[in-house]
Amino acid sequence: MTDIVYFSSTSGNTRRFVEKLGRPAARIPLYAREEPLVAEEPYVLCVPTYGGGSEGGAVPKQVIKFLNNKTNRSLIRGVIGAGNMNFGTAYCLAGDIIAAKCKVPHLYRFEVFGTPDDVRIVHDGLEEFWKQQP
Amino acid sequence: MIDKLKLVSHVDAINWNKIEDEKDVEVWNRLTNNFWLPEKIPLSNDIQSWNQLTPVEQQLTMRVFAGLTLLDTIQGTVGAVSLIPDAITPHEEAVYTNIAFMESVHAKSYSSIFSTLASTKEIDEAFRWSTENEYLQRKASIVMDYYQGDDPLKRKVASVLLESFLFYSGFYLPMYFSSRARLTNTADLIRLIIRDEAVHGYYIGYKFQKGLEKETQERRDEIKDYTFNLVFELYENEVQYTQDLYDEVGLTEDVKKFLHYNANKALMNLGFEAIFPKDVCDVNPAILSALSPNGDENHDFFSGSGSSYVIGKAVVTEDDDWDF
Repeated sequence: MTDIVYFSSTSGNTRRFVEKLGRPAARIPLYAREEPLVAEEPYVLCVPTYGGGSEGGAVPKQVIKFLNNKTNRSLIRGVIGAGNMNFGTAYCLAGDIIAAKCKVPHLYRFEVFGTPDDVRIVHDGLEEFWKQQP
Repeated sequence: MIDKLKLVSHVDAINWNKIEDEKDVEVWNRLTNNFWLPEKIPLSNDIQSWNQLTPVEQQLTMRVFAGLTLLDTIQGTVGAVSLIPDAITPHEEAVYTNIAFMESVHAKSYSSIFSTLASTKEIDEAFRWSTENEYLQRKASIVMDYYQGDDPLKRKVASVLLESFLFYSGFYLPMYFSSRARLTNTADLIRLIIRDEAVHGYYIGYKFQKGLEKETQERRDEIKDYTFNLVFELYENEVQYTQDLYDEVGLTEDVKKFLHYNANKALMNLGFEAIFPKDVCDVNPAILSALSPNGDENHDFFSGSGSSYVIGKAVVTEDDDWDF
């Protein structure tokens, strides 16, 4: 079962965090030429925000495309945001936007690729989270 | 100083319609969208607040900003420029020219703060201090040495440590004042600088990691050792610099936590694991909150202590390409 869907740019920071969680995960493709990802089970979405500035463009276009698919949208249960607090108001902004738009909780935020504590909290937290889901 | 800065030996016309690394375009767009000038910030609204600071606090502020001016001058005039000949793609070269220019904007913006708040005498005194302070001079010379060395990867390490670590002993002060509703316009300006430096550190760190991937294991180990040694060398000096500045106002221990926290993030920008343990990185929540409005909240749904699951925060979501 895949319980995490994530987006990671070529910098690979978010991929690195997700890999450290050691849970089954699927990556949203970077390029339009790749086969689009379609979720089959409920999932938590892990998404970075890099760079600050305006809210337009905070959510990566690949993630918007993924969520425009109705099946994908119906299966999202929560969001985990990644970024850098130094981006100010834009810290984990994509997570806020998606949580508001899809009406799901923004479960957690971490910086860059997360500290060992972040990994432990999210790993254990997701374990509990899925148990409580109907 | 620099004998002769190496220049790129060959240049072709840059074609932005043929991209080798999407990250170059993404970061170029971020940086140009984030462009700002100090003239846009109403610094004069801080005059009253400035006059309420004690003479010791005023002097500390002047020194902190003079120190930051020196680092931004180095980064604009030498640091970012020294990375250009090492660039892999022409678009990477263009991004460095943007970074270099913005560093000069940053350096100039401290002069805007100075001229708004202080007298010529105070300004001159702060610049004089910056040339005489041994710890400030030492950090400048350590970084300058690496910029002039012949190793492109080491140059990037020095650059990321400057952008993501060495500025923070200085950035602490305006964030501290801001958390107490003092010099809030100055803090707005500093937040713009912090945001720029975060993009620079992220990008140069990314290019460093791409370069490191191509190296042998032996060389990777060498670079890793070098990085950690440099972090510790700079850290030792940074602690002394911090004591020198902040002992008088009793903030040194708090600033040191901020240093640890930022050193960790600098290392992560370079792809290395954090080295300072959690219990020495517990930065004052008021400082994190000054950095990012979301910074102080515990966004930890899992522990049940956060406020994060209040759904439907007021965020604008009007991108055209959302289909629902």
